[in-house]
Formats: sequence, structure tokens, C-alpha cells
Amino acid sequence: MEQQNQQTGISENRSSSNQENTTPSPIAAALQREHPEWIGEVVEALGETTITVLREHIVAVCSFLKTAPGLEFNFLADLCGFDRGPEEEPRFEVNYHLFSTTKSHRVRLKVLVNEDDAHVPSVTSVWRTANWHERETYDLFGVIFDDHPDLRRILLPDDWQGHALRKDFPLRGYEPYSLE
Amino acid sequence: MKMGLETVIAESLPEVLVAPLDALINWARKSSLWPATFGLACCAIEMMNATSGRNDLARFGSEVFRATPRQADVMIVSGRVSRKMAPVLRRIYDQMPEPKWVISMGACATSGGVFDNYAIVQGVDKIVPVDVYIPGCPPRPEMLIHAVMMLQDKIMKESTRDRKDKPDEESREALTPGTLPVTDGSTLRQPETMEPKPYTIASRHEKRRSF
Repeated sequence: MEQQNQQTGISENRSSSNQENTTPSPIAAALQREHPEWIGEVVEALGETTITVLREHIVAVCSFLKTAPGLEFNFLADLCGFDRGPEEEPRFEVNYHLFSTTKSHRVRLKVLVNEDDAHVPSVTSVWRTANWHERETYDLFGVIFDDHPDLRRILLPDDWQGHALRKDFPLRGYEPYSLE
Repeated sequence: MKMGLETVIAESLPEVLVAPLDALINWARKSSLWPATFGLACCAIEMMNATSGRNDLARFGSEVFRATPRQADVMIVSGRVSRKMAPVLRRIYDQMPEPKWVISMGACATSGGVFDNYAIVQGVDKIVPVDVYIPGCPPRPEMLIHAVMMLQDKIMKESTRDRKDKPDEESREALTPGTLPVTDGSTLRQPETMEPKPYTIASRHEKRRSF
């Protein structure tokens, strides 16, 4: 527990799912049973399970969830970033929404990232669709994905300065458009 | 300097013949305005409606929508133009041969529309000179037809002696046929030491008090 806190800078209590809620979902329970050291926190609200994963283990968690016989999360529905605000610590989250087309269940994984060390291992080796989603998160938030095959801007122009969906980027940008 | 054939003829004719010549040439131009397909976003759907059976734009001479700008007369910019797309738009406009006109269709092409943000160009007249603006989100096909008819009236008032056959620096200055100035890039020629300030000229519609 201490190692993880030092490496990621997150001060968080690792609570088991039984303390947080009354009926743990089977997905979180399976993950808890197999690899409890990967999980940060499990939150169940409104029928949805959110598992906070520590950043070093995200690829292992994803490949476990994809290949485990009862879980089979073969569809990465969304991979998006979230800026909690310039004063928050950690500043960015990366959310992974997983769906299983065979078992029809969903789960959300969350990775919390600091601003000055915004690196997350890439999950393109698990689901190829993460390629473009991680490019979008890099383009709009500035979160760098290690081992990504082709990390470059996807939505904004290639010579754009700044990351547009951060909370401190002004809505209108820095200057109006002109041809030069 | 190369001049178009009609300009050479117009300058060598006596005065009394220039007006009928103008009328003839303008009639020929307005009666077969071939648009270049530049449908970018939702307004493109209404542009497709304007060419389909119920509101038929081909009645007014727009017989075909040319896919290549080299064979087109008018560019109907329908949809929001992002800053990434803006140089492409300019390039397509530059590839159109004279005489050419631009219709800016919809609120986003006219002024940025509802998208007052970093990504959308606030009005396509910052890139190309525009002849007719159409409001609406999206405008009805009948409004597009009205705009084409308005452009035809505008073309009838032109004269061959005013038409310049020069390359595109001239068209950027927006003499005839376009009449609106284009931004000159003076905001980009600021000194290097300037801090980047957020562009926060408040619009009338903004009620929020903090940024």
C-alpha cells in the first residue's frame, strides 16, 4: 500500500468493496478475489460499478477483464479524460467504459493522474480502438500514453498550442482566426 | 496582364454597345450558376433538399453540383467551418476560376452560429469574400433558392469593365463581386514578448460574470 502511494502520489484509503456498499457487484468481487492489489477503490452508485485502478496496473487489469472466463469485456465503449480543475490533486482522470457483448455487463475503470507526471500506460494492446481515443485524450487534455503506437493530435490542428478541454483554457481560445 | 476575352471586347467597343454586351454576359452567367459542393455540416442536408425534387434548384440554372471547384461558379459554404478546415476552404476557393461567387449558408458560416469557441471560425467571410449571406439554423431550402435568386440579381448589375481577372490577392481585398473585407492578420503581428491573453471580447448575449 505504501509503495503505491509513493509512486502515484495519491493519498487514498484502499477500502474493500464490502465497506463501501452492501451488495458488491460480481465483477468487482471477481477482481477483488483474484488481484486485490490492483484496485484502489470500488464505488457502486445508481447500478453502475466504478473501479479506481492504480496507474501501473491498468494494462494488467484490462487484459484480465478481457480474457477472464466470467467477465469477457471485449468492447471498450469509451476512453475519455477528465480535468478536475487546476487546483485538484490529482488533476486528471482517465475513464475507461467497458462492455461485454457476450455477458452484457458494464464496468467503469478510473485512473487518477497528476498534472506534472501525466503518463498512463496505453491499452492499445488490449483493445485496438483505444488508439484513437487515447489520441483524443492526449490532444484535448495533454495526458501522455506510454507505448502508444502513434500519439499525435487528432481533432485540433497539428500546430495548435495548448490543450483545449482543460479547465483553464479559455472558451474562445487565444486569438480570433485570420488567414495568416 | 492577361484579360478575359469579354473585357478585351468591352474595352474596344463603343459606349452604346457595352450595356447590351453586359446584359448578355450577365444573363449567361446568372442563368447557369454551377455550385461547387461544399457541404460541411447540417446545412448540407438542407442544400441537398434544395436540389431534390420538392424544391428544385436546377430550375434556376444550377443544373449540376460540380465536385471539382475548377468547373464551378459559386461556392455554397454550408455548415460550420472549423479552424482546421479553414485553409482547405481557402484552397478550394482559390482553385475556382473567375468569375466566382460565394454564398454563406446558415448561421455558422455567416458568423460562427451557436459555436462561439476556440475551434470554429466566426464567420466564413474571414476567409473568403462572401456575396450573399443566409441566416438560419438550418435555413429552409426556399431560403437557399431565394439566396440564389438574389445572387442572380446581383450578377445582373455587374459590368465587364469592373471585373478583374487578376490572381487571388485581389479577391482577398474583396473588390467586385464580393464586398466585405477580410481580416488582415494584424492580430498575429504582435511583438513576440506579448503574453497570450484570452480572447474575451464579451458578446451581448453573455450573462456570466466570471470566466
